[in-house]
Amino acid sequence: MDTHIVEHLAKLINDGKMKCEMIHVESEHSAMSACVGACATGVRTFTATSSQGLALMNEILFVASGMRLPIVMAVANRALSAPINIWADHSDTMSERDSGWIQIYVESAQEAYDSIFQMYRICEDKKVLLPGMVCLDGFTLSHVHEPVEELQNVSDFLPDYNPLFKLDPKKPMTFGPIGYPSMYMETKKQQNEAMMGSLELIKETNSLFKKKFGRGYGDGVIDTYKTKDADNILICLGTVAGTAREVVDELRESGGKVGLLRLRCFRPFPKEEIINACKNAKKIKVIDRAVSFGIAGPVFIEVRYALFKQEINVQGFIAGLGGRDITKDHIKKAFKEEKGRWLL
Amino acid sequence: MVAVILGLPEKEWFASGHSACSGCGMAISFRHILKAAGENTIVVMGTGCGEVVSTAYPLTSWKHAAIHNAFENTASTASGIESALKMLGKKTKILIISGDGGCFDIGFGALSGMLERGHNICYVCYDNGAYANTGVQRSGATPKYANTTTTPVGDLVKGKVQWGKPLPFIVAAHKIPYVATANPAYPLDLYNKVKKGLETKGPAYVQVFSVCVPGWGTDTSKTIEISKLSFETCFYPLFEIVDGKLNLKKVNNKKPLEDFFKLQSRFKHLLKPENKNLFEEVKEKVSVGWRELLSNNGQKIC
Repeated sequence: MDTHIVEHLAKLINDGKMKCEMIHVESEHSAMSACVGACATGVRTFTATSSQGLALMNEILFVASGMRLPIVMAVANRALSAPINIWADHSDTMSERDSGWIQIYVESAQEAYDSIFQMYRICEDKKVLLPGMVCLDGFTLSHVHEPVEELQNVSDFLPDYNPLFKLDPKKPMTFGPIGYPSMYMETKKQQNEAMMGSLELIKETNSLFKKKFGRGYGDGVIDTYKTKDADNILICLGTVAGTAREVVDELRESGGKVGLLRLRCFRPFPKEEIINACKNAKKIKVIDRAVSFGIAGPVFIEVRYALFKQEINVQGFIAGLGGRDITKDHIKKAFKEEKGRWLL
Repeated sequence: MVAVILGLPEKEWFASGHSACSGCGMAISFRHILKAAGENTIVVMGTGCGEVVSTAYPLTSWKHAAIHNAFENTASTASGIESALKMLGKKTKILIISGDGGCFDIGFGALSGMLERGHNICYVCYDNGAYANTGVQRSGATPKYANTTTTPVGDLVKGKVQWGKPLPFIVAAHKIPYVATANPAYPLDLYNKVKKGLETKGPAYVQVFSVCVPGWGTDTSKTIEISKLSFETCFYPLFEIVDGKLNLKKVNNKKPLEDFFKLQSRFKHLLKPENKNLFEEVKEKVSVGWRELLSNNGQKIC
């Protein structure tokens, strides 16, 4: 359960403005479990959560993706305990990067709203059939109010949900059976292929959305700014991109050939798109708002993996954990410094 | 026209070919429970023997539309199904089948939430008093002094040291309309109680005594006899709590507790002379519990 998102939905439902059943569950574990039950019965299903709540859902996130249920969830990215901290970072969703959910990280409230519609279209595609999370920075997006343009005539873009399989006494099936070693691996391979295959669909969906509603977000999986001639590119997720764009402009004024790549889609990982966008760069700086203890930031690890064949120096910076502001100064340091570190 | 044997419909809903042990109390109960569920029902099962023996992909023993999500979340999964059916405007019955581990222990929060929200769902718990599927570890339902793999009878400690959780009464305290206990030795009673649970508007809970042959160390041919004795010794009373009012099934010729214990190796240490005090303690508890039920019979208890 999270903050304004479910509160606003509750108000819409109770005012009769949204035809919907809301289940007031006693825990996030039950929230995701109820989503699995509802989605398997053949209705469009949504929930929202954050930090500890997402961690409590962990077990059932894997069930949802393994059962190929296109549940959509908004996650207000917030830090994990301990020490207890309610503020923004990406530790929560980064911990779930292997849960089999599509992950899109957004930069504005408008993008969060638009991405929910896009996500349903992507997840419900018969070639995909995976759940997806729209990740928005806690507080920076989840607790601010900014005007959002509501979509009109959305049913062309997102038609009624019509699942291939559902719990139906008229056509009984067993959902969630045991997969013995003789078949478990095949189901996981299919799941991975569906996730890999969704990348193109995410891009197509973004283009279609742009055509229909006039708004798009980069190519759907990455969003670049002044990268074409840049020799020094910063890669980040979420709202910090806004600050980074300003820094890029400032540094460009003084002759710096810098650029920004906002990673919109983290799962599936847009490897080729990153390689292509960074092909002329000499240096890549990655800012992570999460850390994989004992190694480095998760985005940095994967970007370096993507670029390992290129002659590019990739450095990782950890910043903005537990709601610490990521300032222009931090970003300038990341652009300037040769060696990755924690930007405290 | 439905053919009827001993008051039970002939149609089988739990297909043969499942891999439950010979003499499994749970599998016998499933037949009657699923007959009570009948047409137009969705079954939600928790991880455990019931699911493991019946859903080895690509095979299934479930003729109902059935779903398994995880161990502890049958109640919340079913809550999601019920809400989805409301959206779709369908009047389909929902039956949960969970073991005691998934119900008394790790699924207790989800069960309580489902009861509090008042979903129209019948929750059946097959109670074999242990995490039988994972190797007979103790659960909140395990009776005191029972031998399990995590409460072994040792030189110092004689099995489980706590009493089992009185779940039917805890469930009834949520002020739900229907709570019952049942037993496969009385199939018509079991059938009727599940049927009643499903017909009840709002949440219903039926707890079914289930002999676990390997877990309890019983003879495969004695399942029904042991089930009968659980009732006749007042060890596992059969009752209904309808809108808070207790309706107890009377025991006419009460049998000695020894008769019940001696058929199960989980309790065999209690019949040794050196453990007489432990046996007496259990006997006293059973007897006090029974007297309490008798004195409250016909009255509103919650």
